[in-house]
Amino acid sequence: MKSPSDFELSRRKLLAGSAASIALTAAPSIVNAQVPAVEAAVADVSAEWKVSFTVNGTARGLTLDPRTTLLDSLREHLHLTGTKKGCDHGQCGACTVIVGGRRINSCMTLAVMHEGERITTVEGLGTPENMHPMQAAFVKHDGYQCGYCTPGQICSAVAVLDEIKAGIPSHVSADLNAPPQLSNSELRERMSGNICRCGAYSNIAEAISEVAGRPA
Amino acid sequence: MRFETPATINPIDQLKVVGKPADRIDGPLKTTGTARYAYEHHEGISNPAYGYVIGSAIAKGRITGIDLAAAKSAPGVRAIVTADNAGKLGKGDRNTAKLLGGPDIEHYHQAIALVVADTFEQARAAAELVRVDYVRTDGAFDLAAAKDIAKPQAVFGGPADTAVGDFADAFAAAPVQLDASYTTPDQAHAMMEPHASIAAWNGDKLTLWTSNQMIAWGVGEVAKTLDIPKENVRLISPFIGGGFGSKLFVRSDALLAALGARATGRPVKVALPRPFVFNNTTHRPATIQRIRIGAARDGKISAIGHEEWSGNLPGGRPEGAVAQTRLLYAGANRMTATRLAELNLPEGNAMRAPGEASGMMALEIAVDEMAERLGMDPIEFRIINDTQVDPEKPERPFSQRRLTECLRTGAERFGWNKRNPQPGGVRDGRWLVGMGVAAAFRNNLLTKSAARVRLDNNGVVTVETDMTDIGTGSYTIIAQTAAEMMGVPMEKVVVRLGDSTFPVSSGSGGQWGGNNSTAGVYAACVKLRESIAQKLGFNSAEAEFADGEVRSGNRRVPLAQAAGDGGLSAEDGIEYGDIDKKYQQSTFGAHFVEVGVDAATAEIRVRRMLAVCAAGRILNPKTARSQVIGAMTMGVGAALMEELVVDERAGFFVNHDLAGYEVPVHADIPHQDMIFLDETDPMSSPMKAKGVAELGICGVAAAVANAVYNATGVRVRDYPITLDKLLERLPNVG
Repeated sequence: MKSPSDFELSRRKLLAGSAASIALTAAPSIVNAQVPAVEAAVADVSAEWKVSFTVNGTARGLTLDPRTTLLDSLREHLHLTGTKKGCDHGQCGACTVIVGGRRINSCMTLAVMHEGERITTVEGLGTPENMHPMQAAFVKHDGYQCGYCTPGQICSAVAVLDEIKAGIPSHVSADLNAPPQLSNSELRERMSGNICRCGAYSNIAEAISEVAGRPA
Repeated sequence: MRFETPATINPIDQLKVVGKPADRIDGPLKTTGTARYAYEHHEGISNPAYGYVIGSAIAKGRITGIDLAAAKSAPGVRAIVTADNAGKLGKGDRNTAKLLGGPDIEHYHQAIALVVADTFEQARAAAELVRVDYVRTDGAFDLAAAKDIAKPQAVFGGPADTAVGDFADAFAAAPVQLDASYTTPDQAHAMMEPHASIAAWNGDKLTLWTSNQMIAWGVGEVAKTLDIPKENVRLISPFIGGGFGSKLFVRSDALLAALGARATGRPVKVALPRPFVFNNTTHRPATIQRIRIGAARDGKISAIGHEEWSGNLPGGRPEGAVAQTRLLYAGANRMTATRLAELNLPEGNAMRAPGEASGMMALEIAVDEMAERLGMDPIEFRIINDTQVDPEKPERPFSQRRLTECLRTGAERFGWNKRNPQPGGVRDGRWLVGMGVAAAFRNNLLTKSAARVRLDNNGVVTVETDMTDIGTGSYTIIAQTAAEMMGVPMEKVVVRLGDSTFPVSSGSGGQWGGNNSTAGVYAACVKLRESIAQKLGFNSAEAEFADGEVRSGNRRVPLAQAAGDGGLSAEDGIEYGDIDKKYQQSTFGAHFVEVGVDAATAEIRVRRMLAVCAAGRILNPKTARSQVIGAMTMGVGAALMEELVVDERAGFFVNHDLAGYEVPVHADIPHQDMIFLDETDPMSSPMKAKGVAELGICGVAAAVANAVYNATGVRVRDYPITLDKLLERLPNVG
């Protein structure tokens, strides 16, 4: 285990010049880190934690490495792979799930922090044979292409409509005291945490608008 | 089936199913989270281990030592793969840098080790404990600095230098001239699904569940890299979370998963962490481009020249930005030049419309600038320089070329006549408003593609081909093709893709997938129709397939009955003669953009977008439209935000995640309109279709740039057009 000062020394050496023999850990973030990477203490991880929560209406109990994210608990332990890992950094929204009625990035939270909570994933909204109206609207309006961001878009979209109903304002709400409107700019602003690199935004906006009952 | 002469009437022309805006048949799987992507296969994969990749922390040099002791003794660790212990590895023909580096390092974040542990968390923690010593050597990372020592380099589709007539004299003599330089930055595919693979060995046979656009290429490359027979490699890739060219080739996730699985005797899962993707894999290389146009005062081009400089690793290829300039506009005197500099940045390679996307970013600003010098409307300037023949070989016509109609249709629909040609002349509150236009152009490529079609005793038609669906809609257009050919509804068609045990297809890339893969399915269906007719004693030329029956004269037999208990199957593919040599096959379009630029802050907002495309028969207007609007979105990214920032000291892309590498989000993209001209191209295939997915991005960024110029009077020639490049030159609006 190196101390932060060792690290600083290595970093200066690296940046100081070429052809110098240098030593550094292989962690990919070293060279470009804005903040010196604090090496995670290699804690005793043989300890496993128990956690119980409800996923899509079913009680689930897991014994997990406490470092397991909610996302990986769903994908790797419960085999609910509808929730996607796009960045693992809270930057893309592909892992969006609904916990206690609010949408969150499941990559940014540990599974063990959700004891007793109610989690809804895209699999809990509907099935291929019995789709949720939002899922059906995405099919109808071709609100996807590769499909990888789609579960996150759909979970977000369902939650966005509830947020507007609940009167929660956004960055583009002109009047924080008035009920937010189901406008195109409100939808686009609220959905902007869900990246679609295929660029289906225009169609997604139409799908959400149809479910919300307003013209796109 | 060989396709050597123009297509005549065939069953596809019935257009009962093909050409209809059918919903995607894989839509219910994608929207309910039940489509399985590479990292998500569980069936038949017991007790997998997890691999975590370690990348080089230097760009160029050598590893002098790797200390694995601490990592090896960390909890759960089963193996650590490095070049030292991986055995002898080859390199795939389509990889420029090795997928597993060491001791020599070719680029930053080149993979140098894989830590395999029982869980992902254990593997990731143990990877932090690996200590690597390096000797760093100097590298070249700055394209502008390397420009003058760049060497001529042939590029796909042409030699390093092309010349027709006497460009230099004609340009010098032209009464109106433009000589301008443009730059495009390194760009990232940034598809939503990172590269990911699961590898499992059964004896000496390897199965890879992976995310790959080109299954047969991948099999060959994996076999070559591991030095095992191709027959021992199986790739499975039914769903791909975006590619845009980044998954044309086998990447480190697949190789390292295979090596990790061999080392541990267990299936191994490897996904590239997002911050690793940008420097470990490929990107679209930056370009410097110089464009010279000379014209008479009536606007006719007499000289057009386009030069490109780009950089790549030793053995890499240039971007190819001059390609469209050889074909797009008339002009008797022409030249292009392609120069490649050796750079030690990560590997440059194909990204959506390689060559043309970058080239059109520059050329279509230059055309706008030239029109302004001539005092002409930029649409009229394009139209008077339209050509129906290859400008380098006038005896060679285009198979179809409706650029003028795209421009005119778009102008009318977009309200181009309301554009004020005087820059900075339109205000809407705090916004300076401008309109821009650009041509769209991308070649149509023909490549062989095969499929197997089976009819069972329930009348169900099953299509198998190793074609991939990267979001393009392959599943759906293949189902439409088979339904049309066999006379059944789409519900009676099952499409199975992305498995190397299926016949080899065109794969997905270069906008060649749609036309070629469906033409391959067409060929297999023709053969199946023949065997059904033969079995029934029908004349296959007269047999009609409709409504789930095959009919001939007074006889009609349900397909289910014709298939019998054993079913019937046929395998065939499409192969092409030299029809694409006799006729230039390209796709055309016009992009229209309206922007608002904040008069005080220079914030740029896209307000309206329209594309008009002429790209042969549109097999499914719904999925094809999505391809185009998606490409328009990526074009907005290229125009306004996308840039991999190079650290020229350490030699890597600094902004290597989705927070630093900005791509368009919902808030950036308005409602988008697009129109397909009604067209069929009998030179392209029996489908009479062409590609659209890359056409859609070509020219978009220039249309945005031209709109920003029209709004502000500020001409930016260095992408992306960020507000800092506008701010000091904005009109004084008081």
